[in-house]
Amino acid sequence: MTAASAKAPLPDFGAPFRAPPLHGAPVVVRALCKSYAAKRVLRGLDLDVPAGQFVAVVGRSGCGKSTLLRLIAGLETPDSGRLAVGAAHGEKRESARVMFQEPRLLPWADVLDNVAVGLGANPDRDAGRRRAIEALDRVGLAERAGEWPSALSGGQKQRVALARALVSRPRLLALDEPLGALDALTRIEMQRLLEAVWLRERFTAILVTHDVGEAVALADRIVLIENGALALDVGVDSPRPRRRGSIEAARLEAEILARLLGDAAASATPEVPRPSPRPERTAP
Amino acid sequence: MIDALETSMTDTTSTPLEFAGAATAPSPAPRRRAPGESGLGWLLPLALLLTWQGASSLGAIANAIMPSPLAVLAAAWRLTLTGELPQSVWVSFLRASAGLVVGGGVGFALGLANGLWRLSFDLTDSTLQMVRNVPHLALIPLVIVWFGIEEEAKLFLVSLGVFFPIYVNTLHGVRSVDPQLIEMARSYGFGGARLFRRVILPGALPSIFVGLRFALGVMWLTLIVAETIAAQSGIGYMAMQAREFMLVDVVLLAILIYAALGKLADATARALERRCLSWHPAFQAKA
Repeated sequence: MTAASAKAPLPDFGAPFRAPPLHGAPVVVRALCKSYAAKRVLRGLDLDVPAGQFVAVVGRSGCGKSTLLRLIAGLETPDSGRLAVGAAHGEKRESARVMFQEPRLLPWADVLDNVAVGLGANPDRDAGRRRAIEALDRVGLAERAGEWPSALSGGQKQRVALARALVSRPRLLALDEPLGALDALTRIEMQRLLEAVWLRERFTAILVTHDVGEAVALADRIVLIENGALALDVGVDSPRPRRRGSIEAARLEAEILARLLGDAAASATPEVPRPSPRPERTAP
Repeated sequence: MIDALETSMTDTTSTPLEFAGAATAPSPAPRRRAPGESGLGWLLPLALLLTWQGASSLGAIANAIMPSPLAVLAAAWRLTLTGELPQSVWVSFLRASAGLVVGGGVGFALGLANGLWRLSFDLTDSTLQMVRNVPHLALIPLVIVWFGIEEEAKLFLVSLGVFFPIYVNTLHGVRSVDPQLIEMARSYGFGGARLFRRVILPGALPSIFVGLRFALGVMWLTLIVAETIAAQSGIGYMAMQAREFMLVDVVLLAILIYAALGKLADATARALERRCLSWHPAFQAKA
């Protein structure tokens, strides 16, 4: 954090007034409902995400996890319920960034321009360019800045999309299965990159995924959505950076998978253990 | 599309060894030419001309019906010296350009409007589709009654002919811009003019170029017909005058000039396309 502000082009006047490790925005969801035509996708969902937490949302297809993410990211409006991102209301759009399953790069803009899209309506060209190059550097693609997106591989495109999402230093990053279409090795690489970036920037991250292994590898906390409501909420305490293939991780993954697959047996009494928040990130 | 396919086919079949080498060592860039740059396309017209000249010289073709290419060339020289040919070409070129600008401009604007705004589409599209199904050349008698054989007649007909290909393809282009890209751009705070300039227009451009190239074909066709029937200047008029006096070489010259102008217009559109769509994988053969 201090290193990042030292590199910034202008003195960061706000820095003394911000608690450095708490860049992320807290998310509060209360009794959230959303329907499409006759189908009720979310039925009164409650969720509290403390600032800077990495939450993974898992569930079967069509359970409403992507809808929840789209609502939090401001891509859709809820039918009823309360949704607040950050301390102040109405800072939803500016501080939240979405990474989609597809890279969604503009084919007619070069890689650097695509990253600069993430700056939104930033009038300052030179500073914007510098920040875009920095963001590209952070995902290891600085030397591809002048190329067309069509020249990149799937993993590289998704890295450009990550740089685009990060260039405005978002306080909340919503990830809608961004690694779902990648091959297994690229996927693990991207997971490591995501973890490293999150450890440095400390934004709040909400990751929707089908892959329980990925959720266990990345998240502080895993929530399972079933029938439009929270069905399971577990904390993941293993130290970071995480090593893959540890015994606890495998056990946790098996547990959640069993819950996901053995729907009928477990759904009678939904157990909701409290997440164990890590004090250094949840303290105000 | 077909062009791109052709290039890749010729490349892999003609140089299989280089291709295999390029896969392991990317340093020597394989030589690739953009489609149409090889000059092979001129081989067939040249052969036809030679055959034609040969047949004429040997007396196989009667000169009164079909003068030899050299006779056509002589006619071109003669008319250039009198100033008739440059004058006619210039007049026809101006008419074509004016029609393209007016008809194409209106088509482009309406295509954008109807692609972007539901209300505009609902109001105008079904009317336009009805008018589109009337062959515009069927309006010639009416146009002559309205405008006589003045410039307005040609401008009207060419504009009308050019309007529809540009309108339809612009509309299609705007409507088929990837909605995921639009959603992405909106989530980054893009809207209004910025969204249009950065996402919608570039996304619609390939389709707009298809419309432009169609329109160029319709433009020449309409102009030829209009100048042949209702004009007092231009290449078509020159050809009709020549027919009166049985100057078949001039008639042939007019036809060849139309072919050359058409080719020129198409080549210009292609060059423009290659410049504007350099990001498109189909235009990266030379990269």
